[in-house]
Amino acid sequence: MNLRKLTLMGATSAVFAALFSTAPVVAAEDYMVLPSLVYRTGAYAPNGVPFANGVSDYIALVNARGGVNGIKIKLIECETGYKTDVGVECYEKLKKEGPVGAAVFNPLSTGITYQLIEKTWVDKVPVHSMGYGRTAAADGRVFKWTFNFPTSYWSQASAVIKYIGGQEGGMAKLKGKKIVHVHHNSPYGKEANPTLKILAEKYGFKLTLLPVDHPGQEQKATWLQVRRLRPDWVFMSGWGVMNQVAIKEAAAINYPMDKFIGNWWSSTESDVVPAGGAATGYKGTAFHGAGDSWPAHAAIKKEVHDKGKGAGPREGIGEVLYNRGVINMVYTTEAMRTAMGKFGTKALSGAEVRWGLENLNLTAARLKELGLGGFANPIKISCQDHETNGPVRIQQWDGKKWVFVSEWIVPMADVVRPQIEMAAANYAKEKKIAVRKCDGSD
Amino acid sequence: MDTLYAFFVAPFLDIADSPVFFIEVVIGGLSAGVMYSLVALGFVLIFKASGVFNFAQGVLALFAALTLVGFMDWGIPAPIAVLMTAAVMVVLAYAIERLVLRHLVNQEQIILFMSTLGLAYFLEGLGDTLWGSNVKRLDLGIPEASFEIQGVLLNQFELVAAASAATMVAVLAVFFHRTRVGRALRAVADDHQAALSVGIPLKSIWVVVWSVAGLVALVAGIMWGTKSGVQFSLSLIALKALPVLILGGFTSVPGAIVGGLIIGVGEKVAEVYWGPVLGGAIENWFAYVLALGFLLVRPQGLFGEKIIERV
Repeated sequence: MNLRKLTLMGATSAVFAALFSTAPVVAAEDYMVLPSLVYRTGAYAPNGVPFANGVSDYIALVNARGGVNGIKIKLIECETGYKTDVGVECYEKLKKEGPVGAAVFNPLSTGITYQLIEKTWVDKVPVHSMGYGRTAAADGRVFKWTFNFPTSYWSQASAVIKYIGGQEGGMAKLKGKKIVHVHHNSPYGKEANPTLKILAEKYGFKLTLLPVDHPGQEQKATWLQVRRLRPDWVFMSGWGVMNQVAIKEAAAINYPMDKFIGNWWSSTESDVVPAGGAATGYKGTAFHGAGDSWPAHAAIKKEVHDKGKGAGPREGIGEVLYNRGVINMVYTTEAMRTAMGKFGTKALSGAEVRWGLENLNLTAARLKELGLGGFANPIKISCQDHETNGPVRIQQWDGKKWVFVSEWIVPMADVVRPQIEMAAANYAKEKKIAVRKCDGSD
Repeated sequence: MDTLYAFFVAPFLDIADSPVFFIEVVIGGLSAGVMYSLVALGFVLIFKASGVFNFAQGVLALFAALTLVGFMDWGIPAPIAVLMTAAVMVVLAYAIERLVLRHLVNQEQIILFMSTLGLAYFLEGLGDTLWGSNVKRLDLGIPEASFEIQGVLLNQFELVAAASAATMVAVLAVFFHRTRVGRALRAVADDHQAALSVGIPLKSIWVVVWSVAGLVALVAGIMWGTKSGVQFSLSLIALKALPVLILGGFTSVPGAIVGGLIIGVGEKVAEVYWGPVLGGAIENWFAYVLALGFLLVRPQGLFGEKIIERV
């Protein structure tokens, strides 16, 4: 090799080195990318739109106030149509978006969440499936990158049975009662079944599972079976049109609405309004408030909608699913703020936001500061517990609005947590995952 | 052994044990079947007149229901809103003929089918843009209360739906067999060129048939929209019509009705008595199994025309 060649190689290497070494400097712009997997179109759009609007409006409010500690958030919506394959495409498209990649994914679909869990290990981006997804992900020792706080389908099922027990005059009175679970015939709809079976055995009630196929526009056979069984209570895990049809069919067989409880994806305005007066008395679970009476809602109206930056109609502010989008973003932005406490005020990578999620401590005082005092329960996440066994409340449709009819009901951790740990351990064994010690080393 | 018993013996013992409930299941199936027939009728009309499977029929029902609710939300009284929506469906039929079908005369049927596929997506997007994607309540004052006769539960809304379907079939039967336009429609369905050669105006015939299919879609949209709220999943009701068409035949109006009733009863009985053995939620696929079973015996469907082509 002669001197000329050596010089040329050296010069080329220097140019490449300079190019690559300057890349992080260029990339270090002060904004974070937050992908928002939405479904504003298709059969489930009536549910997807208000949630997406809540997400968009809250992030607009945070940005209007300067961002998270001054770091703005760039919200990028990706339309999934509630289709798992499209959701995975959205993830692949957005995971490296922005200066340091996506901060966190909120898939808004149990099916999409299931598909992303293993991908996140490689991509090092956390997934927060807030109140949906794989319940076993509550065990953070196995599911390092997945979070499902503030509560899960299994916790919800146990809280519902606890509520029913209370209504019947005590858990002992459940013996011999008949409870039907009408559920969407999908991974999401079936998620509560194992817990319900355990509780049926424990408390001696007769459980009947009635699946309804997508989309659920025709449920005559299901509700004829309910009419024949004459259950004491019906619990429903539905989604989209299935909920509206179920409520009307229940009314058509004269089933008492106050004995009919939907899960938190089956108790929104979209579910009850089409049924009109027939839905009055219908109950549902909730892990946050309904309505727009909190200061944060007033701020969204003033600082976002009045400035023409609102994502949807002003009258949609405060709907159940809108509020769910808001609380989801409260958790996300507070996790970012927590992470900044450790990693500094800068655009955070997915791995850093994951740390923020795992160390999130959202107190009642902080919720009040955010204009959401009493809107949701305070929450503290840990390495072991990515769910927190969060309490739920029962709300009831009075014909015009949702009204809470119970206090916060703490789920049965003694029943749910061992099941979570067992399912997580089985998953770890199947996938050959090293279980974290949670001593700060991993 | 237990499975065999659960499958071949228990359901029949159950039926014998509770005959009143079995009657309820059958009535439930008939009422569901009527709703399927309402959708299937629209498919049959287009297929009879043009030999095209109109993929957009479900979306037409959605679009009609969205338009109706939109007019009612403007404060227009329901009867006038229904008439206005009917007018919109006629205008839509004219636009479809003018902008889509006119350019595809004598093209392969698959080309026409693909055009209806595109039309479905276009109308869905148009409906979303014009009226929004939130769930809307449709209340035309149709009574919805249930009542019992001899322990059998009946629902007023379902009886109204059945009466609507019966009326529509009677009107369509007269239209196809007793009117000049009806006969012309059948001629066009047989052969576009032959119909043109004897002076049948193909273009206006297509406008007529798409208008009638649009009006049928309006009735279907009203019934399904009242039942589940007007929302975009309404377009999926087309899926419920497919086994009905397979069974009843693509060219028969009575076939759409009888096929709907057989599918409705078949799937409900299967779901209630055999569903638990098979894990539940079997009615969707069972409808297709039932229809395919019929196809093995009568490939043209129950009332479809037997086509013999000599080569």
